[in-house]
Amino acid sequence: MSTPAATRKHYLNADFSLKSWLLTTDHKRIALLYLFSVLVFFSLGAVFAAIMRLNLLTPQGDLVQAETYNKLFTMHGLIMIFFFLIPSIPAVLGNFLIPIMIGARDVAFPRLNLASWYIFVLGGLFTISAALSGGVDTGWTFYTPFSSIYSTSHVALTVAGIFVVGFSSILTGLNFMVTIHTMRAPGMTWFRMPLFIWSMYATSLIFILGTPVLAISLVLIGVERLLHLGIFDPRLGGDPLLFQHLFWFYSHPAVYVMILPGMGVVSEIIPCFARKKIFGYHFIAFSSLAIAVIGFLVWGHHMFVSGQSVYAGMAFSALSFLVAVPSAIKVFNWTATLYGGAVSFDTPMLYAFGFIGLFTIGGLTGLFLATLGMDIHVHDTYFVIAHFHYIMVGSAVMGFLGGLHYWWPKITGKMYPEAWGRVAALIGFIGFNLTFFPQFILGYLGMPRRYHMYPPEFQTLNVLSTAGASILGVGYLLPLLYLLWSLRYAPAAGANPWGATGLEWQTPSPPPTENFEQVPVVGEEPYTYPTMEAEVV
Amino acid sequence: MWRDLPLFPPQASTFAVREDALFFYLVAVTVVFVALIFGLILYFAIRYRRRTPEQRARHVPEPMGLEIAWSVIPFGFMVVMFVWGAWLFFYAYNPPAGGIEIAVVAKQWMWKVQHPEGRREINQLHIPVGVPVKLTMTSEDVIHSFFVPAFRIKRDVLPGRYTSIWFDATQIGSYHLFCAQYCGTQHAGMTGEVVVMSQPDYERWLQGGGADTTAPAAAGEALFRGLGCASCHAADRPGQAPSLAGVFGRPVQLSGGKTVTADEAYVRESILTPQAKLVAGYGPIMPTFKGLLTEEQLLDLIAYIKSLQPPAGPQAKP
Repeated sequence: MSTPAATRKHYLNADFSLKSWLLTTDHKRIALLYLFSVLVFFSLGAVFAAIMRLNLLTPQGDLVQAETYNKLFTMHGLIMIFFFLIPSIPAVLGNFLIPIMIGARDVAFPRLNLASWYIFVLGGLFTISAALSGGVDTGWTFYTPFSSIYSTSHVALTVAGIFVVGFSSILTGLNFMVTIHTMRAPGMTWFRMPLFIWSMYATSLIFILGTPVLAISLVLIGVERLLHLGIFDPRLGGDPLLFQHLFWFYSHPAVYVMILPGMGVVSEIIPCFARKKIFGYHFIAFSSLAIAVIGFLVWGHHMFVSGQSVYAGMAFSALSFLVAVPSAIKVFNWTATLYGGAVSFDTPMLYAFGFIGLFTIGGLTGLFLATLGMDIHVHDTYFVIAHFHYIMVGSAVMGFLGGLHYWWPKITGKMYPEAWGRVAALIGFIGFNLTFFPQFILGYLGMPRRYHMYPPEFQTLNVLSTAGASILGVGYLLPLLYLLWSLRYAPAAGANPWGATGLEWQTPSPPPTENFEQVPVVGEEPYTYPTMEAEVV
Repeated sequence: MWRDLPLFPPQASTFAVREDALFFYLVAVTVVFVALIFGLILYFAIRYRRRTPEQRARHVPEPMGLEIAWSVIPFGFMVVMFVWGAWLFFYAYNPPAGGIEIAVVAKQWMWKVQHPEGRREINQLHIPVGVPVKLTMTSEDVIHSFFVPAFRIKRDVLPGRYTSIWFDATQIGSYHLFCAQYCGTQHAGMTGEVVVMSQPDYERWLQGGGADTTAPAAAGEALFRGLGCASCHAADRPGQAPSLAGVFGRPVQLSGGKTVTADEAYVRESILTPQAKLVAGYGPIMPTFKGLLTEEQLLDLIAYIKSLQPPAGPQAKP
């Protein structure tokens, strides 16, 4: 079907010069630039987390001082959220796959795509330089008036970095939306698009509508901090809660930016390894949009105990329950897809199972926080930490790793070692639960978040959590090693190693620079795997 | 309780009992749905595992009723959560009438407590068992959060305004007090204890403060005279400024035609930005006291104004 990879020209061997990478406008190469960058940031954020977990081995917090600890959790949050989770799946897998999945040659604005990466790197350099010059200690939430007036750390520089990196998100979102609207191959109607595309569309919507509000709130911090104009500090005539409203208006939808792409990945993996049409295609597609839209109306659930009006609290609580419904619909549809399938247990499928399991736990514990009275006790405790790590690490990172394994043969042309992949997925799942499940109990016991020391009765659970983190670390290190190994030593994968549907599997691995030798024509719905009945007929 | 590995916090207030009941409902729903999803995935994955490389899936119809069922049934469980949670929220944030009122001022990184009888304490709060206690809280600098896990209560403490919280302790003992909102370097050190005492022990403790136990209302009265408030706001000389006797907790007619209730927030605003809400019939002549009073002094003044009884006679009844 395809000519041998050694002789065939594709996007990787088209040009080997450094310039050809740094000035590329090929969406596939830009995806790899992003992959490299987000992995650097992920490693940095993971090191910060490791130091924090080690510090929490003892109630006195012996390893680092309070000031250092505060900077560690701030940098961990900022880097993991803005420089890993938000760009991870959209900018890496989204960039690589959106044009191929819809049968296009590239994204709508290839040069803008490259600019997005440079803006991302520039924002990263700002933030890293803030870290190197002494760090920032406000928490990733930048609550005022602490961040705008009282903190003596490098708030302005850090905020500038986050401000800049936001434009990378906006431009990426814009690029994806235009691409999906205008560049679909003949026959690729909206309801013939893979569900990954639907999830990326919903994600792009949030990028475009939400990120400007984050940018505004960050600018206002800078204005109050540098010019002492009273916006948030009541001493200057400001309102400290105004910041929380502005911040969460972006940052709650941003949570969905982190999870929607993972949902898209799982919606691709499950039908492939169950060899079955996905159950409830339209419900999964529209639930992505529902999450993106309703997600903009729930920000006040971060402020139930803040002094916000109890009636506002009621409205936000009700809307938060409403946004849980489309998530539940997705979980049930994925599960139902397995029914009557021909299920195999390859690494991507194990990650997809892990995703659904951890997302279910993370989602259900989110209901505790949406319940007004319950939130009073668990707000700002380790219960919240456990909950959102189940979503953002348990689910989002599992989705990222699942997707990376699933499309690795397509991206690199090489097959990763399957046995190692399964072992790593299992270790990651066990390590994750050992790390974060004890934190639910710690939270209900009342251990507040962002504490560098704690009462001695919390020690056993903290030690358990740190032990789990070391296992989780192995679960993340293993894929890094064997994926790198596979680049050189693994066998060639072939165009479609999984027997999957979807346009990306109809072009050679790795794809040629122009993606397809001929523009594909789409004549059927996605995930049309042949059934037993079709065989009989 | 297991000393080294506690799994559940002490339950020491009327709210804690209610909160834990809701918690167990939420845990039960979580366990049921996690078991359902994990069970189905395991069952389907094993039952329908691929036995031969060529094996194909079956054709499975997608009935609309199923989609509706798994949207509506979870939503039903959530409606219960919402109603129950909202009811508890109102219970937690609406203090009952009567009971003890204690003022709390937070600052980086300590809790300052002022009892109405005059005792002050830092990072400790002594209260009697079985009596509703209402805290009126404010911050001198950044946002803090008053959190007592054994009572299951928490509320942010903000600069420039008052928030309140209440609880009715049911168990004598000593419980953790945490700052739950990140507030800077020593955030983890902004902790203390809430000591719940029997009624007689509490009375004895109130008397044990030594010399520095001026009641806030008395301190407020001294401030009221010292700052010259009394020259205009005197009860027996109406004209320049409204009399403050009996005003606290009652509706006040404003010059714009609106009415506000004279609560802590209104009194505070009237001292710091007097022009913001003028009482009907009076001119904007009061100077601001912004920057001249500490948070404690403001609370003392409020305590004094609260203590002023309405003048005797039929005109006091609204």
